[in-house]
Amino acid sequence: MAGKTLYDKLWQDHLVAENEDGSALIYIDRQLLHEVTSPQAFEGLKIAGRKPRRIEANLATPDHNVPTTDRTNGIADPVSRIQVQTLDDNCDAYGVTEFKMDDVRQGIVHIVGPEQGYTLPGLTMVCGDSHTATHGAFGAMAFGVGTSEVEHVLATQCLRQKKMKNMLVRVDGKLGTGVTAKDVVLAVIGEIGTAGGNGHAIEFAGSAIEDLSMEGRMTICNMAIEAGARVGLVAVDDKTIEYVKGRPFAPKGEHWDMAVEAWKDLHSDADAEFDRVVELKAEDIIPQVTWGTSPEMVKPVTDNIPNPDKETNAVKKEGIERALLYMDMKAETPITSIPLDKVFIGSCTNARIEDLREAAAVAKGRKVASSIKQAMVVPGSGLVKEQAEAEGLDKIFVEAGFEWREPGCSMCLAMNADRLESGEHCASTSNRNFEGRQGQGGRTHLVSPAMAAAAAVHGHFVDVRELELDKELANVSEVH
Amino acid sequence: MEAFTQHTGLVVPLDRSNVDTDAIIPKQFLKSIKRTGFGPNLFDEWRYLDHGEPGMDNSKRPLNPDFVMNKERYKGASILLARENFGCGSSREHAPWALEDYGIKAVIAPSFADIFFNNCFKNGILPIVLDHATMDALFEQTEANEGFKLDIDLGKQTITMPNGDVINFDVEPDRKHNLYNGLDDIGITLKQEDAITAYEQERAKRAPWLFSS
Ligand code: SF4
Repeated sequence: MAGKTLYDKLWQDHLVAENEDGSALIYIDRQLLHEVTSPQAFEGLKIAGRKPRRIEANLATPDHNVPTTDRTNGIADPVSRIQVQTLDDNCDAYGVTEFKMDDVRQGIVHIVGPEQGYTLPGLTMVCGDSHTATHGAFGAMAFGVGTSEVEHVLATQCLRQKKMKNMLVRVDGKLGTGVTAKDVVLAVIGEIGTAGGNGHAIEFAGSAIEDLSMEGRMTICNMAIEAGARVGLVAVDDKTIEYVKGRPFAPKGEHWDMAVEAWKDLHSDADAEFDRVVELKAEDIIPQVTWGTSPEMVKPVTDNIPNPDKETNAVKKEGIERALLYMDMKAETPITSIPLDKVFIGSCTNARIEDLREAAAVAKGRKVASSIKQAMVVPGSGLVKEQAEAEGLDKIFVEAGFEWREPGCSMCLAMNADRLESGEHCASTSNRNFEGRQGQGGRTHLVSPAMAAAAAVHGHFVDVRELELDKELANVSEVH
Repeated sequence: MEAFTQHTGLVVPLDRSNVDTDAIIPKQFLKSIKRTGFGPNLFDEWRYLDHGEPGMDNSKRPLNPDFVMNKERYKGASILLARENFGCGSSREHAPWALEDYGIKAVIAPSFADIFFNNCFKNGILPIVLDHATMDALFEQTEANEGFKLDIDLGKQTITMPNGDVINFDVEPDRKHNLYNGLDDIGITLKQEDAITAYEQERAKRAPWLFSS
């Protein structure tokens, strides 16, 4: 019999019951809550007169709606304010641990979870947010759910699920200097498409993945959903355990030793079989830039915008034409010639300390180009912000002409005041370039933090590999 | 949840692939803490010419005459035809809530994004997957014949065309059962409480660090 994949093991480990109808009841160890997808779940509980099963298995923080400017006067937008207030009220009423807006531990859920050691290897974890796959970087089965399922987990600590198929994405070799985890995952999406992982759990493996820091692995798993996969995974190794150790919610004392022992098995067996395998060579990956309105519309920075006339598939051709129209770009022009208006460094994909170091290494001693109307850096959490300030990164950014903000989702989805105006092009380290994602009519180009910083100082995309970087900072960020 | 057994309705063709949940219901409307009232903002950015914000009187906003759902002949449609990977992007359940509130009972497409597909069943909407050739034919028929209706029977798993032709579709037995009977998932799971408790006790032995706060 073939061995088991990491996903198989996690599934087996959390199986409460297999039902005759082909569905399974899966135990959910922990849930993360935020203000957008939880109010209706709490309301549902209340209406049905149900009690949460294990309220201590939930952790909450507001992130999508919070302002990233001065917060001393609260939230100006009344609708956003009510939503954040509703989260606070529900957490207070039910006794959920919450990092409120004025707590230094507040931040984007997917940054807060790992940072607090709330995310642990071997867990099943859900959140009413599709980027929950981020936590799979720790060898945890983590996936996004809708609000009905948030309520389901609150009430039962379980979910009814179907087992997914197994997909392996293997990246072997060494990434070039200036090529980051973000470029790897964009290249993967470019290869398999945004629906390529539908119905699958993707495990990322290979020497290039092993060489990545935990931050890098989180960036990759974060965007598994952009390849259609609800679950992204990386096997547990020493780096995983080292990262978790000593964090506030991590096991302590003899529990720690017991946990580490259990976590050592969290990898796919050598003879495990995958339903699909995709292989990429690390050396082939060049810094990536999305040019269109879907993450699969991506090219190396050295390339040109595609020509729809050369596309034989009619649906794809139409997609390219529509995207070029929306983005107001011409076929066959170089990626480096795309005019830029704004730069956004942030989001659950790229707002961890390592990402900020990477961007600062480019920004140091340089200035944001005069043609850029706004360049902002939004740390992923209050603690990331504190750490960055302790390292002096905030000064580097501010001196270069970037705005240094309070933590939150910000311009990743523009639910707060941070957004693009219609027609503006933005180099963004976030994860979605859909029409209107960063503001109605806004045009998003997804890139790595280093590429975003380089674009800010040049006013257009440049190949970050050709820039001279601050040695000290660049070295720090190379501790991959 | 409302049960879905059989439905006959007008069909509207949305001829785009990768329609994401941001397009189905733009994020500014996600600030609502309610489950209802999203219908007027379904496909807001395509449907209206101005920029929509919560609290606006949608009946006074300028409609985009080119958007398919605004065409007179598709008014009152309750079956949506779509293309590949419908509902990709964010996990927001506001997307099926908006479709439901608008009056959509079924979405027919060659493929759906996983989370959206799942969310539909939890809100009384039937998502149906059909192969490309059948989809192309349906698009063609809908566009060619004004007032084109389909009759969907979940029990028999059939779609009947106006000319009597029948298309069969697949649906997983458990999903079918729950949707057909309008069953509440949480209620079903709570019937297995003994199994959950037993699992929890065993899990607490294996992973005590998860239960020690
Ligand atoms: S940063 Fe963006 S993608 Fe991440 S949780 Fe916030 S809105 Fe979603």
